[in-house]
Amino acid sequence: MIRPPAFSAAQGVSVTILLLLLAPVIMGLTGVIAPAFGLFPALGGHELTLTYWKDAFASTGFWEASFLSFRVGMIATLSSVTLAFLIMASLNETALLKMVLRILSPLLSIPHAAAALGLAFLLSPSGWGSRFVAQSFTGWDTPPDWLFPHDQFGFALILGLVLKEVPFLLLMMLSALNQIRAQEAMRVVKTLGYGRITGWMKAIAPQLYAQMRLPIFAVLAFSLSTIDVALILGPTRPAPLSVFVLEWMNNPVLEKRFLGAVGALVQLGAVCLSILIWVLGEKFAAPLFSASYKSGYRAYSRDRMVFGVMLIGVGLTIIPTLLGLVGLGLWSIAGLWPYPEILPNQLSLRIWQNESAELLQSFGLSCLIAATATLISLLLVIAALQSEFLRQKRAPKWAFWVLFLPLLVPQISFVPGLQLCAFSLGIAPGVFPVILGHILFVFPYMYLSLVEPWWAWDQRYAVVARSFGASEMRVLASLRFPIMLRSILIASAVGFAVSIGQYLPTLLLGAGRVETLTTEAVALASGGNRRLIGTYALLQIIAPALGFALATLLPNWVYRNRKELQIAYG
Amino acid sequence: MAIKSKGMTMKIRLTTLATLLLTSFSPAKAENLDWDRVLEKAKGTTVYWNAWGGSPQINDFIEWVGDEALAQYGVTLNHVKLSDTADAVTTVLSEKGAGNSDKGSIDLIWINGENFRSMKENGLLYGPFAEALPNWAYVDVEGKPAVITDFTVSTEGFESPWAMAQLVFEYDMARLDTPPKSLAELKTFLANNPGRFTFPQPPDYLGTTFLKQALYGLIEDPAVLQNPVEEAQYDQVTAPLWAFLDEITPNLWRKGRAFPQNETALGQLLADGEIDISFAFNPGRASAAIANGELPDTVRSFVFKDGTIGNASFVAIPFNAAHKEGAMVIANLLLDPKVQLQAQNPEILGFQTVLDVDALGESEQEAFKNLPLGVATLSPTGLGQSLLEPHSSWMSRIAEDWIERYGVSG
Repeated sequence: MIRPPAFSAAQGVSVTILLLLLAPVIMGLTGVIAPAFGLFPALGGHELTLTYWKDAFASTGFWEASFLSFRVGMIATLSSVTLAFLIMASLNETALLKMVLRILSPLLSIPHAAAALGLAFLLSPSGWGSRFVAQSFTGWDTPPDWLFPHDQFGFALILGLVLKEVPFLLLMMLSALNQIRAQEAMRVVKTLGYGRITGWMKAIAPQLYAQMRLPIFAVLAFSLSTIDVALILGPTRPAPLSVFVLEWMNNPVLEKRFLGAVGALVQLGAVCLSILIWVLGEKFAAPLFSASYKSGYRAYSRDRMVFGVMLIGVGLTIIPTLLGLVGLGLWSIAGLWPYPEILPNQLSLRIWQNESAELLQSFGLSCLIAATATLISLLLVIAALQSEFLRQKRAPKWAFWVLFLPLLVPQISFVPGLQLCAFSLGIAPGVFPVILGHILFVFPYMYLSLVEPWWAWDQRYAVVARSFGASEMRVLASLRFPIMLRSILIASAVGFAVSIGQYLPTLLLGAGRVETLTTEAVALASGGNRRLIGTYALLQIIAPALGFALATLLPNWVYRNRKELQIAYG
Repeated sequence: MAIKSKGMTMKIRLTTLATLLLTSFSPAKAENLDWDRVLEKAKGTTVYWNAWGGSPQINDFIEWVGDEALAQYGVTLNHVKLSDTADAVTTVLSEKGAGNSDKGSIDLIWINGENFRSMKENGLLYGPFAEALPNWAYVDVEGKPAVITDFTVSTEGFESPWAMAQLVFEYDMARLDTPPKSLAELKTFLANNPGRFTFPQPPDYLGTTFLKQALYGLIEDPAVLQNPVEEAQYDQVTAPLWAFLDEITPNLWRKGRAFPQNETALGQLLADGEIDISFAFNPGRASAAIANGELPDTVRSFVFKDGTIGNASFVAIPFNAAHKEGAMVIANLLLDPKVQLQAQNPEILGFQTVLDVDALGESEQEAFKNLPLGVATLSPTGLGQSLLEPHSSWMSRIAEDWIERYGVSG
């Protein structure tokens, strides 16, 4: 063990970084709290008042919308978590897991809107599924009048959320697995005669769950407050709360913005409430699970059942996403494609040709912003981790809450306020504030994917190097970076993907002038043009996929003469 | 109907006259506009035009205007693509709140109706400037009163028109023989073909326009719509509308339990064969969509026998725009006969011109007359009577009321 130097600077680093994350969220929230209570000088609001709360609560459908959001968020999260655990349990220690993750990683950065549109095209009455049925069996020439998507219970919305959240949870689980010595635990349960899957469920799942709570809360927060997915798949009478808030914020009657501010706070309250209820639910569920852990029941048949349920779950989520994306890809080269044709009547590269200049431009700008935000975040993450490491003190629990704050607070509740603050500080909208805004969301993900590898690194290398007189800096640069290259690159690929997918911060902090793939795609999604949406969605998959490919291939090339590293971090 | 509308036109002409008189006597900025100086100051600037970006055709057109602006005036045009005009209003509002009064990030907004009234009433617009633009001389103020009266609100030079729009219905001949040409016929059609028609969910712009269109067909005296909503008579005026909607809603697409989000989503439903009749606020949309392979070439357009609502699209300059001169150059360029010709070309946009074609030079008149119509576009006579937009307060009030009645399904 190295003796950490009395490094007060190191502590300063972590605190500074946490403040950098906390301050924008708090500032942004003030930007909604003030108008919610009537203060909005630009609109002539100078007096404190509660009228807007009364008005909002009295609006038709407000409570139904709130309850709908709450229900959808809860069910979507519960399903995502269950499915992610089932997949992990069924595939643990198999080669299939790696393959699944390789497919899923790029899916992480497809904007929710694109995935949702793909799903809508697949499952709507005039979509691919129905066309297939029409051609093969029924001979419909007009689509049936079924209410899906936009069904009133919100099934379509839940499905759309689940298929985006499962990949996210799986990747978070992968990083959390390093913390719990899963391999050793598995060896023990297997010698005790448990099957691979049952053993995992009993020995690993509970520990893993404890590590997964924050990401789960982030999923809960997102599911409750999503806007674009709700617009594409959600019910419309009433729409979920987030859409209500959006309509108020966008209403031409500017006074409605006061109601929008109230709605944004209610949205935040709903997220807090749902987390609270989730935590209560954990308390109730714990005894049920622990009974099963203690039972000692270890029949292998259980394994097969879990595997079967998992397959159904995967069939219901991941396959539709992939099919939906293939459908969108096909739309990007489709000429006329009327119902009930399964394939387009004509193919045409018109969109790709017409838009090539714009596509290239926004592709380049997106990559530039993502690369810069990732690089800055990487430096910050390394600074934070190294300062914790030198003090041999892991970040406390509350620090993780701060870290996750930008993901827990609905974007609609604080990003508009953040824009106002940035403008007040005289920061001109443009690429620079957009990059800063992205860091807010990129940093937490990168920190999470690097924290465990950072601590898992074998310190004995450092001890030897230090004993030769190498400085901490030199140890970092010459030993740690090369050995951890793969982890660092993967974390960067995750950060890059997160940045590519950002919509609201890009739009507001860039005053709409910063045209990334995602802002373009969402602007086009508002027009519902499947051909263009398909084009942009494909590029949105390609950009992060390039990042992940680089993260996989580069280390193999760098390590081509270092066999031990190829295996150790493979 | 015809007589009434003539009366209204007279009234509007009088107000126009009044506005003209007022502007010529008031020390308005526009009057002192030295166009050469404007051109000089505009040269080399970049104008940020915030305009809805959901249609590739419109985006391409704006890009083309940008090429012209750069070639002719040295002004770089940057199209900021919005998913909703309200985003631009939010930005200007935030900037005002932050005390930014001369370095605003938006130079030009594509706007009309309620957004215009809100911005004008809240002092968020620069002007008057429109009537001082050199190309204003060509604008057909007489024949197209909507170019100076935006949803009955007098524009007073705070916005400059660039395209005429009219509500036009679209149907596929291959699926439907005779489309319903009045509200009553539409009701019968729906009773016989449940699920084959719908409208975008209010408060969407087009959806609410359909409600206003329905109201036009149902009330005895449409003249009341030209005044702000009066609560005293509101219930009585709109009662037939709600009775009508109560009847047709169960026969709408998805039994009225869900509605498409906006104009493009509605158009996609027609393309997918989910409905038989859709509508748009652009008489040339169907032709352009056919040319792009988005609709089958059997789609045609039609209007109601008693006319459909028409209005104009405008551009306005925020009070704090950083490049006001450049913005005026673009507003003026949009009124250039060459640009108007491009916009009216059905293969490009199919937007009807705001200019008085008869007042143009001979070659330009010729060019307008030689424009192909587009396979699904109605001729100016075929478009029939264009009904005036009701006062903009009707739009918000009706949308609100609709949400109250139908926003939560039973």
